[in-house]
Amino acid sequence: MIEVKDLKKGFGGKPVINGVNAVFDPGKCNLIIGSSGSGKTVLMKCLVGLFEPDSGDISYDRKNFTAMNEEERKLLRRQIGMLFQGAALFDSMTVEQNIMFPLDMFTTDNFATKLKRVNEVLERVNMKDVNDKFPAEISGGMKKRVGIGRAIVLNPKYLFCDEPNSGLDPLTSILIDKLIKEITIEYNITTVVNTHDMNSVMETGDHIIYMSDGIKEWEGTNKEIIFSKNKKLNDFIFASEFLQDAKDMRMLEMRGKIDNDRNMDELLK
Amino acid sequence: MNILTEFGRYILMLVDMFSKPENIKMYWKEFMHQCVEIGIRSLGIVAIISVFMGAVSALQTAYQLVTPLIPLSTIAQIVRDTVILEFSPTLVCLVLAGVVGSKIAGELGNMRVSEQIDALEIMGINTRTYLVLPKILAALLTIPMLVIISAVLGILGGKLAAVATGIVSTSQFDKGLFQYFKPYNVFFALVKSYVFAFIISSISSFYGYYVNGGALEIGRASTKSVVASCVMILLADYVLSAILL
Repeated sequence: MIEVKDLKKGFGGKPVINGVNAVFDPGKCNLIIGSSGSGKTVLMKCLVGLFEPDSGDISYDRKNFTAMNEEERKLLRRQIGMLFQGAALFDSMTVEQNIMFPLDMFTTDNFATKLKRVNEVLERVNMKDVNDKFPAEISGGMKKRVGIGRAIVLNPKYLFCDEPNSGLDPLTSILIDKLIKEITIEYNITTVVNTHDMNSVMETGDHIIYMSDGIKEWEGTNKEIIFSKNKKLNDFIFASEFLQDAKDMRMLEMRGKIDNDRNMDELLK
Repeated sequence: MNILTEFGRYILMLVDMFSKPENIKMYWKEFMHQCVEIGIRSLGIVAIISVFMGAVSALQTAYQLVTPLIPLSTIAQIVRDTVILEFSPTLVCLVLAGVVGSKIAGELGNMRVSEQIDALEIMGINTRTYLVLPKILAALLTIPMLVIISAVLGILGGKLAAVATGIVSTSQFDKGLFQYFKPYNVFFALVKSYVFAFIISSISSFYGYYVNGGALEIGRASTKSVVASCVMILLADYVLSAILL
Protein backbone atom coordinates (compact mmCIF):
# COMPACT_ATOMS: atom_id res chain seq x y z
CA MET A 1 0.00 0.00 0.00
CA ILE A 2 1.21 3.49 -0.86
CA GLU A 3 -0.09 6.50 1.07
CA VAL A 4 0.28 10.10 -0.01
CA LYS A 5 -0.40 12.83 2.56
CA ASP A 6 -0.77 16.51 1.68
CA LEU A 7 1.87 16.32 -1.05
CA LYS A 8 3.06 19.61 -2.53
CA LYS A 9 5.54 20.22 -5.31
CA GLY A 10 6.28 23.31 -7.36
CA PHE A 11 8.84 24.58 -9.84
CA GLY A 12 10.14 28.13 -9.87
CA GLY A 13 7.60 29.20 -7.25
CA LYS A 14 4.67 27.85 -9.29
CA PRO A 15 2.80 25.01 -7.57
CA VAL A 16 2.30 21.93 -9.75
CA ILE A 17 0.92 19.61 -7.07
CA ASN A 18 -1.02 21.34 -4.36
CA GLY A 19 -1.87 19.17 -1.36
CA VAL A 20 -2.71 15.75 -2.80
CA ASN A 21 -3.91 12.96 -0.49
CA ALA A 22 -4.33 9.42 -1.79
CA VAL A 23 -4.08 5.75 -0.89
CA PHE A 24 -3.05 3.14 -3.48
CA ASP A 25 -4.04 -0.39 -2.47
CA PRO A 26 -2.29 -3.64 -3.44
CA GLY A 27 -3.81 -5.95 -6.03
CA LYS A 28 -5.52 -3.02 -7.70
CA CYS A 29 -4.86 -0.98 -10.82
CA ASN A 30 -4.68 2.53 -9.39
CA LEU A 31 -5.02 5.08 -12.18
CA ILE A 32 -3.94 8.71 -12.14
CA ILE A 33 -5.71 10.55 -14.93
CA GLY A 34 -5.83 14.18 -15.97
CA SER A 35 -5.15 16.51 -18.85
CA SER A 36 -1.64 17.62 -19.83
CA GLY A 37 -0.14 19.88 -17.18
CA SER A 38 -2.48 18.64 -14.46
CA GLY A 39 0.45 17.35 -12.39
CA LYS A 40 0.00 13.59 -12.79
CA THR A 41 3.52 12.95 -14.12
CA VAL A 42 5.04 15.11 -11.36
CA LEU A 43 2.97 13.18 -8.81
CA MET A 44 4.28 9.87 -10.16
CA LYS A 45 7.88 11.13 -10.21
CA CYS A 46 7.46 12.24 -6.58
CA LEU A 47 6.10 8.79 -5.71
CA VAL A 48 9.17 7.01 -7.10
CA GLY A 49 11.62 9.59 -5.77
CA LEU A 50 12.73 11.14 -9.06
CA PHE A 51 11.44 14.47 -7.71
CA GLU A 52 11.72 15.59 -4.09
CA PRO A 53 8.37 16.93 -2.81
CA ASP A 54 8.35 20.41 -1.25
CA SER A 55 6.19 19.13 1.61
CA GLY A 56 3.97 16.20 2.55
CA ASP A 57 4.64 12.51 3.06
CA ILE A 58 4.79 9.40 0.91
CA SER A 59 4.67 6.05 2.72
CA TYR A 60 5.28 2.57 1.33
CA ASP A 61 3.62 0.04 3.64
CA ARG A 62 3.69 2.64 6.44
CA LYS A 63 7.41 3.37 5.95
CA ASN A 64 7.94 7.06 5.32
CA PHE A 65 9.72 7.28 1.96
CA THR A 66 10.26 11.05 2.15
CA ALA A 67 12.16 10.69 5.45
CA MET A 68 14.42 7.86 4.21
CA ASN A 69 18.12 8.37 3.56
CA GLU A 70 19.70 7.41 0.23
CA GLU A 71 20.65 3.87 1.34
CA GLU A 72 17.15 3.13 2.69
CA ARG A 73 15.66 4.43 -0.54
CA LYS A 74 17.98 2.22 -2.58
CA LEU A 75 16.74 -0.83 -0.69
CA LEU A 76 13.10 0.15 -1.16
CA ARG A 77 13.63 0.85 -4.85
CA ARG A 78 14.57 -2.78 -5.38
CA GLN A 79 10.89 -3.52 -4.64
CA ILE A 80 9.77 -1.02 -7.27
CA GLY A 81 9.35 -1.72 -10.97
CA MET A 82 8.59 0.99 -13.47
CA LEU A 83 7.44 1.03 -17.06
CA PHE A 84 8.39 4.29 -18.75
CA GLN A 85 6.48 6.07 -21.49
CA GLY A 86 9.09 5.16 -24.11
CA ALA A 87 9.93 1.86 -22.33
CA ALA A 88 13.47 3.22 -21.56
CA LEU A 89 15.18 0.01 -22.68
CA PHE A 90 18.97 0.13 -22.81
CA ASP A 91 19.80 0.62 -26.51
CA SER A 92 23.13 -1.18 -26.40
CA MET A 93 21.66 -4.34 -24.86
CA THR A 94 19.52 -7.10 -26.33
CA VAL A 95 16.04 -7.88 -24.99
CA GLU A 96 17.54 -10.70 -22.90
CA GLN A 97 20.30 -8.47 -21.49
CA ASN A 98 17.77 -5.73 -20.71
CA ILE A 99 15.61 -8.06 -18.63
CA MET A 100 18.63 -9.76 -17.08
CA PHE A 101 20.18 -6.43 -16.05
CA PRO A 102 18.39 -6.12 -12.64
CA LEU A 103 19.20 -9.79 -11.93
CA ASP A 104 22.87 -9.21 -12.82
CA MET A 105 23.00 -6.16 -10.60
CA PHE A 106 21.12 -7.36 -7.54
CA THR A 107 21.36 -11.15 -7.39
CA THR A 108 24.20 -13.63 -7.11
CA ASP A 109 22.42 -16.31 -9.15
CA ASN A 110 24.35 -18.16 -11.84
CA PHE A 111 23.74 -17.48 -15.52
CA ALA A 112 21.49 -20.53 -16.05
CA THR A 113 19.16 -19.49 -13.19
CA LYS A 114 19.01 -15.92 -14.44
CA LEU A 115 18.31 -17.05 -18.01
CA LYS A 116 15.51 -19.31 -16.77
CA ARG A 117 13.92 -16.35 -14.95
CA VAL A 118 14.32 -14.11 -18.04
CA ASN A 119 12.60 -16.70 -20.22
CA GLU A 120 9.79 -17.10 -17.66
CA VAL A 121 9.22 -13.34 -17.69
CA LEU A 122 9.39 -13.14 -21.48
CA GLU A 123 6.81 -15.91 -21.71
CA ARG A 124 4.60 -14.07 -19.18
CA VAL A 125 4.61 -10.92 -21.30
CA ASN A 126 3.97 -13.01 -24.44
CA MET A 127 7.38 -12.32 -25.97
CA LYS A 128 9.01 -15.56 -27.02
CA ASP A 129 12.06 -15.95 -29.27
CA VAL A 130 13.10 -12.31 -29.16
CA ASN A 131 15.99 -12.74 -26.71
CA ASP A 132 18.68 -11.66 -29.15
CA LYS A 133 16.84 -8.69 -30.67
CA PHE A 134 17.91 -5.15 -29.88
CA PRO A 135 15.30 -2.53 -28.84
CA ALA A 136 15.70 -0.82 -32.22
CA GLU A 137 14.58 -4.05 -33.94
CA ILE A 138 11.23 -4.46 -32.15
CA SER A 139 7.92 -2.54 -32.33
CA GLY A 140 6.60 -0.01 -29.80
CA GLY A 141 4.18 -2.52 -28.29
CA MET A 142 6.93 -5.13 -27.96
CA LYS A 143 9.19 -2.56 -26.28
CA LYS A 144 6.45 -1.87 -23.73
CA ARG A 145 6.11 -5.58 -23.03
CA VAL A 146 9.86 -5.95 -22.60
CA GLY A 147 9.71 -2.88 -20.34
CA ILE A 148 7.05 -4.60 -18.23
CA GLY A 149 9.19 -7.74 -18.19
CA ARG A 150 12.20 -5.81 -16.90
CA ALA A 151 10.00 -4.10 -14.30
CA ILE A 152 8.67 -7.39 -12.89
CA VAL A 153 11.76 -9.58 -13.16
CA LEU A 154 12.72 -9.00 -9.50
CA ASN A 155 9.12 -9.65 -8.32
CA PRO A 156 8.44 -6.07 -7.19
CA LYS A 157 5.81 -5.11 -4.63
CA TYR A 158 5.02 -1.87 -6.44
CA LEU A 159 4.64 -1.27 -10.17
CA PHE A 160 4.48 2.18 -11.77
CA CYS A 161 3.47 2.66 -15.39
CA ASP A 162 3.86 6.05 -17.02
CA GLU A 163 1.41 6.31 -19.93
CA PRO A 164 1.74 2.66 -20.99
CA ASN A 165 -0.53 3.14 -24.03
CA SER A 166 1.06 6.20 -25.56
CA GLY A 167 1.98 5.71 -29.19
CA LEU A 168 0.25 2.34 -29.46
CA ASP A 169 -2.64 1.25 -31.67
CA PRO A 170 -5.97 0.51 -29.88
CA LEU A 171 -5.58 -3.27 -30.06
CA THR A 172 -2.03 -3.26 -28.67
CA SER A 173 -3.16 -0.80 -25.99
CA ILE A 174 -5.84 -3.25 -24.85
CA LEU A 175 -3.26 -6.06 -24.72
CA ILE A 176 -0.90 -3.93 -22.60
CA ASP A 177 -3.78 -2.93 -20.28
CA LYS A 178 -4.80 -6.57 -19.88
CA LEU A 179 -1.22 -7.58 -19.17
CA ILE A 180 -0.79 -4.91 -16.48
CA LYS A 181 -4.11 -5.88 -14.89
CA GLU A 182 -3.31 -9.61 -14.93
CA ILE A 183 0.16 -9.06 -13.45
CA THR A 184 -1.26 -6.80 -10.74
CA ILE A 185 -3.73 -9.47 -9.62
CA GLU A 186 -1.37 -12.42 -10.13
CA TYR A 187 1.47 -11.00 -8.02
CA ASN A 188 -0.73 -8.84 -5.74
CA ILE A 189 1.28 -5.75 -6.71
CA THR A 190 0.35 -2.16 -5.86
CA THR A 191 0.11 -0.79 -9.39
CA VAL A 192 -0.06 2.92 -10.18
CA VAL A 193 -0.76 3.83 -13.79
CA ASN A 194 -0.53 7.30 -15.24
CA THR A 195 -2.76 7.45 -18.31
CA HIS A 196 -4.70 9.53 -20.82
CA ASP A 197 -6.30 6.53 -22.42
CA MET A 198 -10.05 6.33 -21.80
CA ASN A 199 -10.17 2.67 -22.69
CA SER A 200 -7.67 1.96 -19.89
CA VAL A 201 -9.79 4.01 -17.51
CA MET A 202 -12.93 2.04 -18.27
CA GLU A 203 -11.32 -1.39 -18.47
CA THR A 204 -8.68 -1.38 -15.74
CA GLY A 205 -9.53 1.46 -13.36
CA ASP A 206 -10.12 -0.30 -10.04
CA HIS A 207 -9.28 2.97 -8.34
CA ILE A 208 -9.08 6.25 -10.25
CA ILE A 209 -7.71 9.63 -9.22
CA TYR A 210 -8.52 12.55 -11.46
CA MET A 211 -6.01 15.38 -11.22
CA SER A 212 -6.78 18.92 -12.31
CA ASP A 213 -4.58 22.00 -11.77
CA GLY A 214 -2.42 20.14 -9.25
CA ILE A 215 -5.24 18.97 -6.99
CA LYS A 216 -7.18 15.73 -6.67
CA GLU A 217 -10.45 16.74 -8.30
CA TRP A 218 -12.22 13.38 -8.14
CA GLU A 219 -11.65 9.84 -6.83
CA GLY A 220 -13.59 6.66 -7.52
CA THR A 221 -13.82 3.51 -9.62
CA ASN A 222 -14.48 2.84 -13.32
CA LYS A 223 -18.08 1.98 -12.38
CA GLU A 224 -18.60 5.26 -10.51
CA ILE A 225 -17.02 7.42 -13.21
CA ILE A 226 -20.06 6.88 -15.47
CA PHE A 227 -22.38 8.45 -12.93
CA SER A 228 -20.07 11.22 -11.80
CA LYS A 229 -21.57 14.69 -11.77
CA ASN A 230 -18.16 16.37 -11.64
CA LYS A 231 -18.16 18.75 -14.61
CA LYS A 232 -14.40 18.94 -15.01
CA LEU A 233 -14.13 15.15 -14.96
CA ASN A 234 -16.98 14.71 -17.44
CA ASP A 235 -15.50 17.32 -19.77
CA PHE A 236 -12.17 15.50 -19.64
CA ILE A 237 -13.35 11.88 -19.89
CA PHE A 238 -16.26 12.29 -22.26
CA ALA A 239 -14.72 15.04 -24.35
CA SER A 240 -16.11 13.91 -27.72
CA GLU A 241 -19.74 13.46 -28.76
CA PHE A 242 -19.02 9.81 -29.45
CA LEU A 243 -17.79 9.21 -25.89
CA GLN A 244 -20.75 11.19 -24.50
CA ASP A 245 -23.12 8.91 -26.44
CA ALA A 246 -21.21 5.88 -25.22
CA LYS A 247 -21.58 7.10 -21.65
CA ASP A 248 -25.36 7.61 -22.10
CA MET A 249 -25.69 4.11 -23.53
CA ARG A 250 -23.70 2.60 -20.67
CA MET A 251 -25.85 4.45 -18.14
CA LEU A 252 -29.02 3.16 -19.74
CA GLU A 253 -27.57 -0.31 -19.87
CA MET A 254 -26.58 -0.17 -16.21
CA ARG A 255 -30.06 1.01 -15.22
CA GLY A 256 -31.50 -1.97 -17.08
CA LYS A 257 -33.17 0.06 -19.82
CA ILE A 258 -31.16 -1.70 -22.51
CA ASP A 259 -30.94 -5.41 -21.99
CA ASN A 260 -31.16 -6.78 -25.47
CA ASP A 261 -31.06 -5.83 -29.13
CA ARG A 262 -34.83 -5.31 -29.27
CA ASN A 263 -34.71 -2.57 -26.62
CA MET A 264 -31.76 -0.99 -28.38
CA ASP A 265 -33.71 -0.87 -31.66
CA GLU A 266 -36.59 0.86 -29.89
CA LEU A 267 -34.29 3.44 -28.33
CA LEU A 268 -32.63 4.15 -31.65
CA LYS A 269 -36.07 4.86 -33.19
CA MET B 1 25.97 33.24 -11.32
CA ASN B 2 25.10 30.68 -13.97
CA ILE B 3 28.74 29.60 -14.26
CA LEU B 4 28.96 29.23 -10.48
CA THR B 5 25.77 27.13 -10.43
CA GLU B 6 27.11 24.90 -13.22
CA PHE B 7 30.45 24.55 -11.45
CA GLY B 8 28.64 23.62 -8.22
CA ARG B 9 26.63 20.94 -10.03
CA TYR B 10 29.81 19.64 -11.65
CA ILE B 11 31.52 19.32 -8.26
CA LEU B 12 28.43 17.64 -6.75
CA MET B 13 28.37 15.15 -9.62
CA LEU B 14 32.03 14.30 -8.95
CA VAL B 15 31.45 13.96 -5.20
CA ASP B 16 28.33 11.80 -5.69
CA MET B 17 30.31 9.42 -7.92
CA PHE B 18 32.00 7.92 -4.91
CA SER B 19 29.45 5.52 -3.44
CA LYS B 20 29.60 1.82 -2.77
CA PRO B 21 28.93 -0.14 -5.98
CA GLU B 22 25.86 -2.38 -5.90
CA ASN B 23 27.68 -5.17 -7.73
CA ILE B 24 31.41 -4.83 -8.36
CA LYS B 25 31.33 -7.30 -11.30
CA MET B 26 28.87 -5.11 -13.21
CA TYR B 27 30.98 -2.01 -12.56
CA TRP B 28 34.12 -3.81 -13.74
CA LYS B 29 32.27 -4.88 -16.90
CA GLU B 30 31.23 -1.28 -17.54
CA PHE B 31 34.80 -0.05 -16.86
CA MET B 32 36.24 -2.53 -19.39
CA HIS B 33 33.56 -1.55 -21.91
CA GLN B 34 34.56 2.10 -21.51
CA CYS B 35 38.26 1.23 -21.87
CA VAL B 36 37.42 -0.25 -25.26
CA GLU B 37 35.18 2.67 -26.26
CA ILE B 38 37.61 5.40 -25.16
CA GLY B 39 40.97 3.72 -25.69
CA ILE B 40 40.82 1.08 -28.40
CA ARG B 41 38.33 2.88 -30.62
CA SER B 42 40.44 6.07 -30.58
CA LEU B 43 43.65 4.26 -31.51
CA GLY B 44 43.19 4.67 -35.28
CA ILE B 45 42.71 8.44 -35.29
CA VAL B 46 45.51 8.92 -32.72
CA ALA B 47 47.92 6.88 -34.88
CA ILE B 48 47.11 8.83 -38.07
CA ILE B 49 47.40 12.22 -36.37
CA SER B 50 50.63 11.30 -34.58
CA VAL B 51 52.49 10.04 -37.66
CA PHE B 52 51.59 13.12 -39.72
CA MET B 53 52.22 15.45 -36.78
CA GLY B 54 55.76 14.10 -36.39
CA ALA B 55 56.40 14.14 -40.15
CA VAL B 56 55.27 17.75 -40.56
CA SER B 57 57.24 18.75 -37.47
CA ALA B 58 60.45 17.26 -38.97
CA LEU B 59 59.95 18.93 -42.35
CA GLN B 60 59.16 22.34 -40.87
CA THR B 61 62.11 22.20 -38.46
CA ALA B 62 64.46 21.32 -41.35
CA TYR B 63 63.01 24.19 -43.40
CA GLN B 64 63.80 26.69 -40.61
CA LEU B 65 67.37 25.38 -39.94
CA VAL B 66 69.15 27.27 -42.68
CA THR B 67 72.51 27.79 -40.95
CA PRO B 68 75.24 25.12 -41.36
CA LEU B 69 76.42 25.91 -37.81
CA ILE B 70 73.64 23.78 -36.31
CA PRO B 71 74.12 20.04 -36.84
CA LEU B 72 71.33 18.23 -38.70
CA SER B 73 70.86 15.84 -35.79
CA THR B 74 69.24 18.79 -33.97
CA ILE B 75 66.16 18.18 -36.11
CA ALA B 76 65.59 14.89 -34.28
CA GLN B 77 66.02 16.60 -30.90
CA ILE B 78 63.47 19.29 -31.79
CA VAL B 79 61.00 16.74 -33.18
CA ARG B 80 61.41 14.56 -30.07
CA ASP B 81 60.93 17.41 -27.60
CA THR B 82 58.02 19.11 -29.37
CA VAL B 83 56.24 15.80 -29.82
CA ILE B 84 56.77 14.70 -26.19
CA LEU B 85 56.22 18.07 -24.55
CA GLU B 86 53.37 19.51 -26.58
CA PHE B 87 52.09 17.72 -29.66
CA SER B 88 51.30 14.31 -28.20
CA PRO B 89 49.72 15.34 -24.89
CA THR B 90 47.99 18.55 -25.99
CA LEU B 91 47.13 18.08 -29.65
CA VAL B 92 46.06 14.47 -29.24
CA CYS B 93 43.94 15.38 -26.20
CA LEU B 94 42.32 18.25 -28.13
CA VAL B 95 41.36 15.74 -30.82
CA LEU B 96 40.18 13.27 -28.16
CA ALA B 97 38.05 16.03 -26.62
CA GLY B 98 36.17 16.03 -29.93
CA VAL B 99 36.12 12.29 -30.56
CA VAL B 100 35.66 10.90 -27.04
CA GLY B 101 34.04 13.95 -25.43
CA SER B 102 31.22 14.20 -27.94
CA LYS B 103 30.66 10.44 -27.74
CA ILE B 104 30.39 10.51 -23.93
CA ALA B 105 28.10 13.57 -23.93
CA GLY B 106 25.94 12.10 -26.70
CA GLU B 107 25.64 8.70 -25.02
CA LEU B 108 24.70 10.10 -21.61
CA GLY B 109 22.45 12.75 -23.16
CA ASN B 110 20.55 10.11 -25.10
CA MET B 111 20.22 7.99 -21.95
CA ARG B 112 18.86 10.99 -20.05
CA VAL B 113 16.37 12.02 -22.75
CA SER B 114 15.08 8.47 -23.30
CA GLU B 115 14.67 8.02 -19.51
CA GLN B 116 17.28 5.23 -19.33
CA ILE B 117 19.04 7.10 -16.50
CA ASP B 118 15.70 7.40 -14.65
CA ALA B 119 15.17 3.66 -15.16
CA LEU B 120 18.53 2.95 -13.52
CA GLU B 121 17.73 5.35 -10.65
CA ILE B 122 14.38 3.61 -10.06
CA MET B 123 16.23 0.29 -9.80
CA GLY B 124 18.22 1.81 -6.93
CA ILE B 125 21.47 2.30 -8.84
CA ASN B 126 23.62 5.40 -8.26
CA THR B 127 23.88 6.49 -11.90
CA ARG B 128 26.81 8.82 -11.23
CA THR B 129 28.79 5.87 -9.90
CA TYR B 130 27.64 3.42 -12.56
CA LEU B 131 27.74 5.67 -15.62
CA VAL B 132 30.21 8.49 -14.93
CA LEU B 133 32.92 6.93 -12.73
CA PRO B 134 33.85 4.09 -15.15
CA LYS B 135 34.17 6.65 -17.97
CA ILE B 136 36.53 8.85 -15.95
CA LEU B 137 38.61 5.88 -14.73
CA ALA B 138 38.78 4.42 -18.24
CA ALA B 139 39.91 7.78 -19.62
CA LEU B 140 42.56 8.07 -16.89
CA LEU B 141 43.87 4.63 -17.82
CA THR B 142 43.72 4.75 -21.60
CA ILE B 143 44.40 8.37 -22.57
CA PRO B 144 47.94 8.45 -21.07
CA MET B 145 48.57 5.17 -22.94
CA LEU B 146 47.35 6.80 -26.15
CA VAL B 147 49.66 9.75 -25.49
CA ILE B 148 52.66 7.42 -25.10
CA ILE B 149 51.72 5.58 -28.31
CA SER B 150 51.25 8.94 -30.01
CA ALA B 151 54.72 10.15 -28.93
CA VAL B 152 56.37 6.99 -30.27
CA LEU B 153 54.45 7.18 -33.55
CA GLY B 154 55.11 10.93 -33.84
CA ILE B 155 58.86 10.46 -33.52
CA LEU B 156 58.73 7.56 -35.99
CA GLY B 157 56.72 9.72 -38.40
CA GLY B 158 59.32 12.48 -38.06
CA LYS B 159 62.15 10.05 -38.74
CA LEU B 160 60.34 8.56 -41.72
CA ALA B 161 59.72 11.98 -43.29
CA ALA B 162 63.21 13.30 -42.56
CA VAL B 163 64.98 10.20 -43.88
CA ALA B 164 62.66 9.68 -46.86
CA THR B 165 63.14 13.24 -48.08
CA GLY B 166 66.92 13.00 -47.62
CA ILE B 167 67.15 15.78 -45.03
CA VAL B 168 69.06 13.58 -42.56
CA SER B 169 70.38 10.05 -42.55
CA THR B 170 69.00 7.39 -40.20
CA SER B 171 72.17 7.47 -38.07
CA GLN B 172 72.05 11.29 -37.80
CA PHE B 173 68.41 11.18 -36.72
CA ASP B 174 69.05 8.39 -34.17
CA LYS B 175 72.06 10.29 -32.80
CA GLY B 176 69.97 13.42 -32.31
CA LEU B 177 67.12 11.44 -30.81
CA PHE B 178 69.18 10.28 -27.82
CA GLN B 179 71.20 13.51 -27.38
CA TYR B 180 70.31 15.59 -24.31
CA PHE B 181 67.23 13.48 -23.60
CA LYS B 182 65.49 14.50 -20.36
CA PRO B 183 63.27 11.78 -18.82
CA TYR B 184 61.50 14.60 -16.92
CA ASN B 185 59.86 15.62 -20.22
CA VAL B 186 58.10 12.24 -20.35
CA PHE B 187 56.96 12.73 -16.75
CA PHE B 188 55.63 16.19 -17.69
CA ALA B 189 53.79 14.75 -20.70
CA LEU B 190 52.20 12.07 -18.53
CA VAL B 191 51.10 14.60 -15.89
CA LYS B 192 49.47 16.64 -18.66
CA SER B 193 47.80 13.58 -20.15
CA TYR B 194 46.27 12.56 -16.80
CA VAL B 195 44.95 16.09 -16.23
CA PHE B 196 43.58 16.33 -19.78
CA ALA B 197 42.00 12.85 -19.52
CA PHE B 198 40.16 13.94 -16.40
CA ILE B 199 39.04 17.19 -18.05
CA ILE B 200 37.75 15.45 -21.19
CA SER B 201 35.86 12.66 -19.42
CA SER B 202 34.42 14.65 -16.52
CA ILE B 203 33.31 17.72 -18.50
CA SER B 204 31.68 15.69 -21.28
CA SER B 205 30.00 13.42 -18.70
CA PHE B 206 28.68 16.50 -16.90
CA TYR B 207 27.15 18.03 -20.04
CA GLY B 208 25.66 14.70 -21.13
CA TYR B 209 24.35 13.69 -17.71
CA TYR B 210 22.44 16.93 -17.17
CA VAL B 211 20.87 17.25 -20.63
CA ASN B 212 17.36 18.60 -20.39
CA GLY B 213 15.06 18.40 -23.40
CA GLY B 214 15.27 16.45 -26.64
CA ALA B 215 17.50 15.55 -29.57
CA LEU B 216 18.46 19.18 -30.21
CA GLU B 217 19.77 19.56 -26.66
CA ILE B 218 21.87 16.40 -27.00
CA GLY B 219 23.64 18.01 -29.97
CA ARG B 220 24.08 21.25 -28.05
CA ALA B 221 25.46 19.39 -25.04
CA SER B 222 27.99 17.57 -27.25
CA THR B 223 29.16 20.85 -28.77
CA LYS B 224 29.33 22.57 -25.38
CA SER B 225 31.30 19.68 -23.90
CA VAL B 226 33.86 19.79 -26.72
CA VAL B 227 34.26 23.58 -26.52
CA ALA B 228 34.53 23.59 -22.71
CA SER B 229 36.98 20.66 -22.72
CA CYS B 230 39.21 22.32 -25.34
CA VAL B 231 39.28 25.64 -23.46
CA MET B 232 40.04 23.89 -20.16
CA ILE B 233 42.78 21.77 -21.80
CA LEU B 234 44.49 24.91 -23.16
CA LEU B 235 44.16 26.66 -19.81
CA ALA B 236 45.51 23.63 -17.91
CA ASP B 237 48.32 23.33 -20.48
CA TYR B 238 49.46 26.87 -19.69
CA VAL B 239 49.14 26.43 -15.92
CA LEU B 240 51.02 23.10 -15.89
CA SER B 241 53.77 24.50 -18.11
CA ALA B 242 54.14 27.50 -15.81
CA ILE B 243 54.28 25.31 -12.71
CA LEU B 244 56.25 22.28 -13.86
CA LEU B 245 58.75 23.64 -16.41
